[in-house]
Amino acid sequence: MPEFHLASIALRVTLKPKGKTMKARVFVTLKPGVLDPQGKAIHHALEGLGFAGVNDVRAGKLIELDLADGTSDDQIEAMCRKLLANTVIENFRIERMENA
Amino acid sequence: MNSAVIVFPGSNCDRDVAVALEQVTGRKAAMVWHKDSDLPGGTDFIALPGGFSYGDYLRSGAMAARSPIMRAVAGAAGRGVPVIGICNGFQVLTEAGLLPGALMRNAGLSFVCRPVSLRVENSQSLFTCGYEAGETVHFPVAHHDGNYQADEATLDRLEDQARVAFRYQEEVNGSARGIAGILNDTGNVLGLMPHPERAIEPAHGGSDGRRLFEGLLETVS
Repeated sequence: MPEFHLASIALRVTLKPKGKTMKARVFVTLKPGVLDPQGKAIHHALEGLGFAGVNDVRAGKLIELDLADGTSDDQIEAMCRKLLANTVIENFRIERMENA
Repeated sequence: MNSAVIVFPGSNCDRDVAVALEQVTGRKAAMVWHKDSDLPGGTDFIALPGGFSYGDYLRSGAMAARSPIMRAVAGAAGRGVPVIGICNGFQVLTEAGLLPGALMRNAGLSFVCRPVSLRVENSQSLFTCGYEAGETVHFPVAHHDGNYQADEATLDRLEDQARVAFRYQEEVNGSARGIAGILNDTGNVLGLMPHPERAIEPAHGGSDGRRLFEGLLETVS
């Protein structure tokens, strides 16, 4: 029985991914001056709940990417330009988070 | 006229536009799946239909604009093949960079679904030659993201080059300068939010949309 147990542990270890992984967060926001009807609606709702002193609300998106180690900044930026953000109306900001 | 209707997952006006095309041209349109990479040989008109491709994930039209068939559509558009994008199809064309600007959430935040009156601003294009300039027509709209926006320089260029094809005659969705439909710089790509294919016979409540397809048939064939 003990050998059997050890064998199953060994199997699990070999299945574990070897390389480091990396995460990146992409923040997509509307460019200044672009009308944000959703932000306006959220603003109205906050006022309706009695929260005074909110001057403006802008809504955006947070996209988390789980990436293979070694993914370059240029590659992440290309992802943003080609798909994640529509640069006609949106800006994006990339935040990398390295982890072992 | 050999028409191709591109079908994305979530398209829901693909059959409407196919029926309109068959009624007007007398030929069945080829229904082309978004994962195909080629258009049928001899395609001389392409329609991107309305609907909610990919559930409007990320942004309306964003995913569809990156699907394999869109390379072939862009190539055909570059060779002068007429392409129409209706509603979601208009969103796909802007996301694909075949038309300038972007379609954002309606200013009133509500889904708008009703017939609207439009002014035909340019009656010289492939798509609008069946109309008189300045004429008022009625097409239904049904959209949540139809608020056309572009920077001032782009809007000025569209106006100066007579590329605004249709303009709302009433407040519908907050679009900059009331823009309902625009042409590309070579005049063979039209994107519009209202649905001409839903106004092709009296039973639809109006048939103003029929002349768009009739005019196209006359110029293409």
